[in-house]
Formats: sequence, C-alpha cells, structure tokens
Amino acid sequence: MSDKKVTSNPTELSIEEKKILEKFVDDNQLFYGPDPQIVRNHKLMPRTEEETRALEAGIDAQRINLVRGRLESALEEGFNMVEKMGVAPGAKWGDLVTAVFTSSGDMAQIAPSGIGVFASVCQYPIKFINKYWTNESTVGIKDGDGFIHNDSRYGGVHNTDQSMIVPVFYSGKLICWIATIIHEGENGSIEPGGLPSIAESPFDEGLKMSPFRCAENFELKRDLVNFLQNSVRDPKLQYADMKVKLHASLRLRERILAVVEEFGEEALIGSLRKTLEDTETEVRRRIKELPDGTVRINTWLDHSLREPLLAKVPMAVTIDDDRMVFDFRGACPELANRSINTHISAFKTCLATNMILYVWPDLPVNQAIFSPIEMRTNRNSLVDPSNDSPNAMSLLPLFRAMSIPASLFAKLYFCLPKRYTALSASHYNQPATFIYGGITQHGEVTGNFCADINGNGTGAREDNDGENAMSPLFGAVADTGEQELAEEELPYVRLVGQQLAKDRIGFGKYRGGLGYEQMVTVRSSSFWGFMTGQCGSKHPSVYGVFGGYGCPAYPLAKVKGINIFEEIKENPNALKLDIVEMMNAQEIPEADYVVQEAAMSFEPCAEGEIYMICQGAGGGYGDVLERDPFQVLKDVEENILSTALAEEIYKVIIDPETLILDETASISARCEEREKRKVRGRPYKEFCKDWVQPGPPEDLPYMGSWGDAGEEIIASPPGESRYVMKGDEMAGVMLSNPKDRRIRDLENEIRQLRNKN
Amino acid sequence: MIINITEYLGINLETERWICRRCGHDLGDARGNYKEGLLVYDRDPTEIHKPLIDNQKYEYTFSPDPNWTALLEYYCPNCGVMMETEYTVPGHPPTRDIELDIDSLKIKAAQWARDNGGDIPSPESLHRPRFKRKVHTHG
Repeated sequence: MSDKKVTSNPTELSIEEKKILEKFVDDNQLFYGPDPQIVRNHKLMPRTEEETRALEAGIDAQRINLVRGRLESALEEGFNMVEKMGVAPGAKWGDLVTAVFTSSGDMAQIAPSGIGVFASVCQYPIKFINKYWTNESTVGIKDGDGFIHNDSRYGGVHNTDQSMIVPVFYSGKLICWIATIIHEGENGSIEPGGLPSIAESPFDEGLKMSPFRCAENFELKRDLVNFLQNSVRDPKLQYADMKVKLHASLRLRERILAVVEEFGEEALIGSLRKTLEDTETEVRRRIKELPDGTVRINTWLDHSLREPLLAKVPMAVTIDDDRMVFDFRGACPELANRSINTHISAFKTCLATNMILYVWPDLPVNQAIFSPIEMRTNRNSLVDPSNDSPNAMSLLPLFRAMSIPASLFAKLYFCLPKRYTALSASHYNQPATFIYGGITQHGEVTGNFCADINGNGTGAREDNDGENAMSPLFGAVADTGEQELAEEELPYVRLVGQQLAKDRIGFGKYRGGLGYEQMVTVRSSSFWGFMTGQCGSKHPSVYGVFGGYGCPAYPLAKVKGINIFEEIKENPNALKLDIVEMMNAQEIPEADYVVQEAAMSFEPCAEGEIYMICQGAGGGYGDVLERDPFQVLKDVEENILSTALAEEIYKVIIDPETLILDETASISARCEEREKRKVRGRPYKEFCKDWVQPGPPEDLPYMGSWGDAGEEIIASPPGESRYVMKGDEMAGVMLSNPKDRRIRDLENEIRQLRNKN
Repeated sequence: MIINITEYLGINLETERWICRRCGHDLGDARGNYKEGLLVYDRDPTEIHKPLIDNQKYEYTFSPDPNWTALLEYYCPNCGVMMETEYTVPGHPPTRDIELDIDSLKIKAAQWARDNGGDIPSPESLHRPRFKRKVHTHG
C-alpha cells in the first residue's frame, strides 16, 4: 500500500510528503543559527558504537590510568605552549585552556592549570560542527582542519574568547576533538577591549563567529585570517594567537595519536567515555548523600553597566534523593539592549565551575560534573535570554553563578560527617579591572584588559580566613601577570601595585580575603582611554555566610584635569599611595576629584590623569564576636584593619599607639554587645509585620520577583512606569538611553527655571 | 540526636526542634522556618561598611546605599550569637533559606551515625589541621 493515498484533508501531508518536505528543508536550510537542541542540552551524548564496543570489551583500570595521565601531560604541555607564546594579555596570566572532547563533543579532560569553564562551553560548538558541517558538502570535516568560533550564542562565555577546535582522526576515523581557548580581548566591538558595556545589540559586540573552518591541511587559511584581522583593532594579536592555538592543538594531536599507537584506539575512546560516565555516577552518589530539602538565597546586581538598577538573581537548590535542581525562576527579565545578559549554556557551565572549584574540587574536571543536575529558569530572563539580546558583559550574572552556590552548599554540607573541601562564603564576584583601548607608545592600536581581574579575595572558610587577592573565581591557578612586561607594550602605568584595600573586609569569625587597590594612568600615548565592568557600588556584590558580613560597596574614583607626572615634580605629596587618602586629602587644588559608581563606559584618559578601583573582598564566615582577638590584632598589625574598626566591628580593644590588645576590655565589650543585640533585636514575626512591604519602593528601578516565589516579575525600567509580568510569559525589557533621560531631566529643569522667570 | 545544620543551628531529631548550637536554646519547629525563633535587627549597612571616603564630598564612599541595601542581622534570643546575616532590598520579604525534609534527614542521620561508629563527627572535628611551618635552622 502506498503512502501516496489522498487524505481526507487536502492540506494534510501524507507520511511520504512529510519526508520529502523534511528533506527539502534539511537540504535547503536558510541559516544555521544557534541550535536550541544543542545549546540547551547539558546532558552527556549517548554512547557511540565505538564507545560501547570499547567499554563492553572492558578496559583495564591501570590502562585507563595511564591513558589519562598521558592526556593530562599532553594537555598541560599544550597549555604551557599557549601561555608562553600567546600574545593576548589573558594568555600570559593563564586565562586559557586546552581540552579533549569525545568524538560526540562531550568535554572529557582539561589541562590541570586550565580554565574549566572555557572548555565546558566549547562542547556546544563542537556538537554544532558535528551536526551541521559533517555532511555539508561545502564544508565537511577532515584531518588537518581547524575550526574557530567565538559567538556565545553557539556556546561560549562571551565573544572575547576565541576557540581553535581540531578534529583528531585515526585510520580515517574521527576519534576525538581537541580545543584551545583563550580570552583574547579585542574583538572589534563598539568599545575597545572586547567587553563593551554600551552594546545595545549583538551587532555592537564585534566579531560574532559561528563555528567555521579556518585551517586546512594543518595550516591557517590566510584569506580568512586576514578578514578577521581586518575586523578587530589588534590584527597582530588576532593572527599570532590563531597560530599559537593551532600549533598547540597540533602538538596535542600528535600526543593523542601517540597514545593511540601505544595503547590502542579503544583505550583512548573507552577512557574518555569512562571518565565521563564515572564522574556522572559519582556526582549522583554525592547528591544522594546530601540532606533532602531546599536551600535558597536572593541576590541582586545593582547596575546594568549603563545605569544603576536592581537586577535580581535568585538561586535555590533542591535535593530530592539523587536529583539536584537549580532554580533561578524570579530572576530579572532579559535586558534587551544591555550587554549583561548571559546565555543559558554559559550560565550552566559557570555553575559547574563553582561545583568544581568550591564544592567537589577532588573530582576530575569534565562536563559530567553538571550533567546529572536539572535547571529551572524563566525564558527571556537575564540568565536565559533570547538570542537577540547582547551579552558581551555576561560576566556579571556568570560570576554570580561561579560564586554564590558555594555559600548555599555550605548549608547542605555542614551536617555531613565528611568534607570534600572546607565550606566557604563566596569568592568576590565582580570583573574588577580596567579595560583599555587606544594607541600604544609604539604607535599600535590596541584594546584589552588588565591582569588585575585575577586577584579576587576568596571567601572565608569554616576553619580559616579567606586568602587575600588570591585568584579569579573562575580558575584557581591563573595569576595577575608581570606589570613590567605589560608596561613595555602598553602606555598605562600602575601607580600603586596591588596594595590591599585596608578596612574593606567581609568581616566574620573568619574574614574573607581582601582585594587590592588599582590606581592607573597613561603616559606616552596620543590617545588612550579606560572603562570598567564592575558593579556593586550601592548594593554589595558578595554576602557572608552563617552570620558573616559581605564585602563593602566599591566605587570608582578619578582625578581629572591634571598630569600627575608634572605635579609630583613640584609636589611629591600630590600622589597619595592609597585611594582613601588621595580622595580625602584633595592635595591638588586645580584637580577635579570624582567618585562615581564603579561601572564606567569607555572614556578618554589624558596623560597623568588617575583612575582608581578596588579588587574586592570575599564574604565573611560566622559571628564577628567569635573572631579570635589575636587574629584581629594580626590584621591590625598587617595594616589591613584599623583599630577603630577592630573596636566597632569586632569589639576588640587595641591601643592605636602601642598596638597592645586589651583582652579584659574586649571580653567585656563583647558581652555587652551580645546583651545589646538581645535588646535591639525584635521577634521575627513582629519584625516582618512592620518591615516587609508588598513591593519595592516606587522610585527604585527594580527588576525581578519580590519574595521567594518567582511567579510575578516586576519591571521598573529607569524613567518609566513599573509593570508586572508572569514569570513564564516574560518578555525582555528595552531600556531607554541614559543620556536621553539625562537630557529630558535637564530640559525639564530649564523649562521650570524659565517658567519661574 | 542533634544534627548540626549551620555554624549556629542544630536540629534535635527526637523533638524535631531547631536549637541554638551555642546555648541549646529552643528555636521552634524544625519543619518550619528557623528565623521565626530568632530576633531580627535592621542594621544600617553603613554602620558595618563605613564610609571611608568623606561622605560630605562624595556620594559613593565604599558604603552601601541604604535605599538599595538592607542588612538584617539574626540573633539567638538567649545568648545573642549572630546566627545569620541577610543582605536584601528594603522591605523585601526575608528569604526562607533552609527548608529540610526532616523525615528523610532522620533516616540519613541514622545511617551517618552507623557509618561512624554511633556518633556523627562534629563539624569542628572535620576542620583541616593547621600546618606549622618548619623553620630552617642550622646546626
């Protein structure tokens, strides 16, 4: 019987007609956009026939161990090659990774020093290449190919990270993939440096490379490289790092083929798959040992990088037997023309990064850490936006994903009879560094960012203080580079070198690690400018845990209208060596001293003008009154805490002249403070009755749910009327231009003044 | 059996009550919100994160903006230990941050005790040892 029979409904297609239509559509696809079936799926791919065969044949555990060890060495070798030869500033500080993926695209192993999140997100473009380019007659995948990509809508943190993706063939068959990824910086975006805060659409964000082949027969295709060089401000960087990544990948390829020659194809394929499956099994076991229930936190970003606003990022974790569910419903709506949205694939991999670094650091780093975990989000929210919104500064919500879960897991893990690592408060979670652009002292155009992004203070732990200025929250071993080397290439000058920010502390029984001050200017450039992507000037970015306090609010300070190099010739005192003293003393009469919110769009900096921000502190752990007074004294002796705050916060009395601790007076002061707490505190229900409001104050630009439930989402675009959306029917919010609002306000003022006259 | 849930909170599994780990004070039904058994204080956040830059000269001073940030401090009503802090937005309903399945916890806790010879190790016993750095000496 044929399928061609005429159906009762003439518009209804028969099965055969449907097949013809599907084939036609498949053969004539208009555009290969980001595929939601790929980028929304964080589960492991099904076993391939080769993987099944390899695992069913059984691989000796010792053999697997040898293969993994060889891969680890090879990946670290590739990492070192890129770190030593890479031109991007980020490459020099370790903001890169080399990784190996299964033939299906699952990320199975990374270089021990590498940035895990870069590798995790790269599973998506590989799966795209597998799905769309393998059988595409004009593309295909061959030995010797190299693919590049940077568009985070296809999988990626943000489009300043560029990948080099290389298939590995053995005996004519694809056996695995390798990838090398660097935070390159400059990408041709509307502001220099690749992290534009003023991007209003993806088309303001510079290069948006869907995965495409840029190398054939083990060589870069120079015509394509030239096109990419022509699209960015730093063509030297673009070419050099493509070469570096390709050749590191090719070395890695050689090492992998040597493993196959020595141990056999099945040993490699089986080892990669077994690493993933064993990790997933172990994660499920660890979930199952946690107490069942829900822990949650509500957090807020306080800036869009264009204007202050309160963007809610709630987070709940529910454990139900061997299921773990992350729930972000109630988050701020997608900001349709602001660059701080993050795509869901990147958000998930940043959550995985937090689990890897702060919850289960003993597990092998691969994507199976997160594959058993479920996610709940509202579509068209800040953490799950449409593809039409910009996301170049996705770091704001992503850094939250990489820091906050640790403090939630502290509430789940505290009761357990064992630890995989010490429980901790959150690592500082803002990209607190200067992004720059302009013309160097060598006459070259450039744009990139400073290494100071990598010096976050860590959160306090259950048994110790956090570490000062330790590492970026996304990688434990990235460092802050050599300023002298940077100054050889670039005209920005660091006036103060990583001085810890005194009194800016996440206080607690154990305190968070401190951040440091950054004070920069420019010299010998015909044009230079700075911008930042930091928020948290009105509402602290990091909170404490178990009674500890969060970090302070961090502004940006600047001294304009001067040339500090000229000033200090006449008056060496004009340059104070810390921000607080500099801004309070106002030593230079003609200077314009400004303190503003930390977020700043690109603005020109004349020679000798000074810009200052702080790297931030991690959250505190426990009640301040339980901090060992001698630890308080140590902080004072190390000049990171004043005696005034020692007394006010910790109730520890220290003579400011002699630095002698008065133990008796401190005990009395602490007893007195505990009694005062009992007097000033009010019973919870009574307190809530008076304090809790049905919604945020009308004049507050508030975005997100109100309370723990996420059904209703409040949108208060600055300068416009507030409205409410249902969480599961949410639409992105388009914000007006802050300069238009300013013009409108000023015009109103002028009108009122004219009317008065 | 007492299960330690946070640095300052425990649950008595027999009575199903929240208790203060510092003084043993009863804080309410463990199936409910422990915060209901505590005292709350709406702390001005600028008292903790003080303005380091002159607030007569500048709007931004390293202090949070009290119109954008509320800091709730939760105290044990008996001993006054600060059990929790909550950074939030003024008027926002306090978060119910811990909601545990007590029936399941009883089963898991019994297993943890069995696995550890009858007693669940205290969180403090799980702290990492402090290494004392050896000082290089001659002779």
